[in-house]
Amino acid sequence: MSAIVDARIALPKIKASRGYWASVGHRLMRDPVAMVALAIILLIVLAAIFAPFVAPADPFRGSMLRRLKPIGFPGYPLGADELGRDMLTRLIYGGRLSLFIGVMPVLLAFCIGSGIGVFAGYVGGRINTVVMRVIDVFFAFPSVLLAIALSGALGAGILNSIVSLTIVFIPQIARVSEAVTTQIRTRDYVEAARVSGASAFTIVRVHVLGNVLGPVFVYATSLISVSMILASGLSFLGLGVKPPEPEWGLMLNTLRTAIYTQPLVAALPGAMIFITSISFNLFSDGLRSAMEVKQ
Amino acid sequence: MLLYILKRIVYVTPVALGVSIFCFLLVHLAPGDPLTAIMPVDATAAQQAEMRAAYGFDKPLPIQYGIWLWKVFHGDLGNSIATGRPVLSEVSRAVGNSFILASVATLIGFTFGTFFGFVAGYFRDSVLDKIASAVAVLGVSVPHYWLGIVMVIIFSATLGWLPPTGAGPDGSGNWRPDPEHLRYIILPAITMSVIPMGIISRTVRALVADILAQEFVQALRAKGLSEWGVFKHVVTNAAPTALAVMGLQLGYLLGGSILIETVFAWPGTGFLLNAAIFQRDLPLLQGTILVLAMFFVMLNLVVDVLQTTLDPRIQRG
Repeated sequence: MSAIVDARIALPKIKASRGYWASVGHRLMRDPVAMVALAIILLIVLAAIFAPFVAPADPFRGSMLRRLKPIGFPGYPLGADELGRDMLTRLIYGGRLSLFIGVMPVLLAFCIGSGIGVFAGYVGGRINTVVMRVIDVFFAFPSVLLAIALSGALGAGILNSIVSLTIVFIPQIARVSEAVTTQIRTRDYVEAARVSGASAFTIVRVHVLGNVLGPVFVYATSLISVSMILASGLSFLGLGVKPPEPEWGLMLNTLRTAIYTQPLVAALPGAMIFITSISFNLFSDGLRSAMEVKQ
Repeated sequence: MLLYILKRIVYVTPVALGVSIFCFLLVHLAPGDPLTAIMPVDATAAQQAEMRAAYGFDKPLPIQYGIWLWKVFHGDLGNSIATGRPVLSEVSRAVGNSFILASVATLIGFTFGTFFGFVAGYFRDSVLDKIASAVAVLGVSVPHYWLGIVMVIIFSATLGWLPPTGAGPDGSGNWRPDPEHLRYIILPAITMSVIPMGIISRTVRALVADILAQEFVQALRAKGLSEWGVFKHVVTNAAPTALAVMGLQLGYLLGGSILIETVFAWPGTGFLLNAAIFQRDLPLLQGTILVLAMFFVMLNLVVDVLQTTLDPRIQRG
């Protein structure tokens, strides 16, 4: 008898409810694809940061006697490039610039674009129309064309390539954050804050930014993959990083002459761009579904 | 309907003007002015001023823009600095080649993309769906210029089946629809088709899943319509959006072909842009980008109007 009563008392424990971001993190942890993608990204980032300790050789020192060696050549685990430099070393070092020129534009565009979008969305009215019409003009260009037009006019160089890509992504991020802000601006809690005397600055800081930055951040992470491909593409065309710096797009370009002699070595830098880009894409997909709360 | 078309045109006009301002300013973004690139290094200040006056670069920017726009409206995009030929004739020759390549690529991408999309949408969460989704992710994540190089490595360098570069055996700048030239378009077109394939298959998957979940499909099945009959209804409902996405992809490919055209030395607008950038041929750069961007704007308009004609429910405000 008493056992039955005890069983009744021992109700299933109520889990302490998690905060929103904690629950997003929890869902993300249980998504194997996103976790593998994140692990690959971390591996590439860490290898790039600690390149001097990880890489087996000097990325700039080559030997004309050992140029274009195949994968597995003694002393050159991934072969040697057209100037006899160790490919593995250059691929590890290459991550530094490739990640920098790929991620920086999205980061900058996230700061500037969401600022523009939130401003336009919150102010509304005629100012919004003007800002959004200007942004529409940038949508008249396919991203690749806009990036090449800008960096072609500005001239080659790392800084110019980052500036061009930032300009490419600002309108896209601004449009998304404007749409979200416009939606939130009319919500009851914003109205309630306004009625209770909150200043515009407080409303934007507490209610608007808190709700806008999440979705916009996820959108921005989905742009990193595109940005990596475009940034390395600019270097591939000779518009970004200059030799002899190791960068995947540039390496792909300089090794093009070797496709008949060492095809596998020649394809390696592009494979790195591909792996990084797909990892960012898969992680971003995972993040987005983890953030979609279905009620 | 006519009113809607007029409304869209009114909406597009400021965008087109904005595009022209952007292209005009592009030349002024460059360090120095457009003449620096062609002037001899030892030109005196007086000679430089004379040249500047001759080309109208001494006038204020808005007036320069007005003159430039007036000329553009009359089909004068200036002359290429490198070749001295009119920019318009250079661009129109290249646009033809790019258009053919982009169209073939879009067609391939659309065929396979809709196939994968339908399969994935019909059999959601099956193995087929997983494979189709994987293909879509691969398609949007792959650096297409690298894919082009890999294709050349496999099919030209190793197997020797197809030519690695160019548009034809004679090295002439123009592609023609004959068997000899056909061999040259295969690799670049397949490489280029991977991007729209991924995007179209994602779109179609979502569309099909959405349509299948609607009540009218249930009603069709309830009245005893065959699965083939239901399928036809799904196709009719998915077509307007799928075709619109295809149209826009054609525009993206045409504008974004520079990397693939460079890999395959395809004599199109991308190749022309590449040359313009490295010879600092700013009038050619400006003209090519203006033509491509205007084409994209017009294509957007046409797609929008056609889509609304096919499915009047989707009028935009």
